[in-house]
This record gives sequence, structure tokens and C-alpha cells, in this order.
Amino acid sequence: MTSLILRTATLYMQPILLMFSVFLLLRGHNEPGGGFTGGLVGAAAFSLYAFAYGVLESRRKLRADPHTLIGCGLLVAVGSATIAPLMGRPFMTGAWWEMHLPGFGAVHLGTPMFFDIGVYLVVIGVTLLIIYSMAEEE
Amino acid sequence: MNILSVTVNLVIMMLGAALVISCIRLFRGPTLPDRVVALDLVATLVVGLIAAYAIATNQSVFLIDAIVLTVIAFLGTVAFAYYIGKGGLP
Repeated sequence: MTSLILRTATLYMQPILLMFSVFLLLRGHNEPGGGFTGGLVGAAAFSLYAFAYGVLESRRKLRADPHTLIGCGLLVAVGSATIAPLMGRPFMTGAWWEMHLPGFGAVHLGTPMFFDIGVYLVVIGVTLLIIYSMAEEE
Repeated sequence: MNILSVTVNLVIMMLGAALVISCIRLFRGPTLPDRVVALDLVATLVVGLIAAYAIATNQSVFLIDAIVLTVIAFLGTVAFAYYIGKGGLP
């Protein structure tokens, strides 16, 4: 499909959608949002690109294979869960650290955030794998 | 009963009526493009309903849902247009 309107809109929409997905990911603990929703919006950005410019261009823009994203996401999620047993607490217990960043004040960094990042990567990978394989089927 | 709650209730009722009418078009629509436009209209009306509900309950959290739903509905419409443009089933 060679629609100039869609292509031009995609160029501006894709970065905004990706930024919005990261925003949803990071606000997930204290407010609605989280890895799953953020991953869906992130996958929407790349599938929009696939609709406008073709699957091949979208794959090149993603840089990583969706399979790699799924594997990395699962690794990050399981890795975040195994930190608690190393500290002598039950599996998947949330551990929190407090970091002081200049300009931001105290930032709470915890294993639930890494678990959410893992979910985010898995959701992006699975959704894009489904969409790409359906679009390439023709 | 202040004017804001009256207005919001009125808006929700009107959007609900519009939702019913566009659902009828969705089910009866003779051709595929009719149904696609009806589906897009349903999604837009639901976004309006979410916004009105956010005002009624004074919770700004719901507006994020509205944004996500807009994105998904837009993608769905683009995908349907792609399908019709390729010569899908009428």
C-alpha cells in the first residue's frame, strides 16, 4: 500500500507511540499501566510501520529478531525473580533499592521493574512475531 | 445537582444511543466497508464514553485507556483498509 498520507503520518506517529509505550511501562507500579500495555503499544508502533512501509522495512527498523526479543524478555523476567532467593527470601519476592540521582532525587529501583521490562519485551516479541508472519504469508 | 453532572449524564446517554445505532449498522451493514466504518465509529464513541466517565468520576486515570484504545482502533482501521485495498471479501 503506497498511501502518502499514511507514510507521512507514520513517520511522526511511530516515535510518539514508542515514547508512550515506555511511559506506560515506567508508570506501571503506582498507577495503571505496566509491561503488558506498554508492550502492546510498542508493538502497535512497529506494526503501523509495517503497514505503511512493508514488513521488511519494519523488521530492519526493529533491528532485533522477534525471537531474540522473546528470549531476552524471558531471561530478564526470570533473572529478576531469582534475585530474591540469593538474598535468602522466597522466590519472586520484590527487592527494592533506593538510588539518588542528581536532579531527580530518590529513585526507587526494584526487581518488579525488571520483571515488567521482561514482560514488555516478551509482549513486543510475540505480537510482532504474529503480525509479521501473518503479513508475510501472502 | 449541578450543571456539570447533568451535562455529563446527558452526554453519556447520547453517546450510548449513538453506540446502539452504530452497532445496528455494524450488524446489518450490507458491505464490508460499511462494517469497517461502523466499527471505527464504535471505537470512537467508546473513547468519548471513557472521557465522559472520567469527568463523571473525577478520575484522570481513565484517559490513558482512551489514548490506548484510540491507537488500537486506528491500527485496526488501517489493517481493514489494507485488507479491502488488496481485494478482500466484500
